[in-house]
Amino acid sequence: MRSALVDRPIDLNALVAEVARTANGATLLFVGTVRDVNNGRLITGMDYTAYASMAERELADIVNEAAVKFETNDIVVEHRIGTLALGDASVAIAVAHPHRAPAYDASRYVIEQLKQRVPIWKLEHYTDGTREWVGAHTRARGSGSRQAGLDDQAIVAPPTEMRR
Amino acid sequence: MTVNVLLFASYADVLGTNQFELELDSGATAGDVLGHVQSMPGARRLPQNPLLAVNERYARRDKVLEAGDAVAIIPPVAGG
Repeated sequence: MRSALVDRPIDLNALVAEVARTANGATLLFVGTVRDVNNGRLITGMDYTAYASMAERELADIVNEAAVKFETNDIVVEHRIGTLALGDASVAIAVAHPHRAPAYDASRYVIEQLKQRVPIWKLEHYTDGTREWVGAHTRARGSGSRQAGLDDQAIVAPPTEMRR
Repeated sequence: MTVNVLLFASYADVLGTNQFELELDSGATAGDVLGHVQSMPGARRLPQNPLLAVNERYARRDKVLEAGDAVAIIPPVAGG
């Protein structure tokens, strides 16, 4: 198991190699990349920032939880920080397991929890030259207390209860 | 007592700082820090319901602080 924030391009092949073992019949790589459009606005790039010490702790917690829940220690996550261009990998999750179903479940758990809990923010750069923090205007858009970027139903939702 | 307040992303940009020390009465809570931050000039434009973290762990607003605690305001996160 390993998790890290990195300020250089993520080496996808290295992550796969890190979890591959002959005991595993399934190896999965999830790659999150910078998309060219968000909420209908064209994007030219993105700055990722983090509360680094807490983000690394939360990431490590998530990986540990996934390892226990899905019974594999072969999980590696890297999240990139800094200025990224379109198509750059911002996050990569490699999971290996003797069987495919728990490998998919573990990968999904890690990305969904990461999006909900890890203190990382992104500043989108738009083609018109403006920039905006993603999620900074959630109230104005009427999406209430939902965290930005969480498009799917969460597996668990610790932040919501923390709002009281 | 003095606590260390940490701001990020939209909060750091709009309030013009990413860290400052705040003097509080003993018994003050994480929510008191948020109240102070949200009374700063310009704060009304910011996400009004951020999470809080004390010493790198998510904390409820009623968490009682101790001298030297690091209290972070966590606006909606957007990793991934």
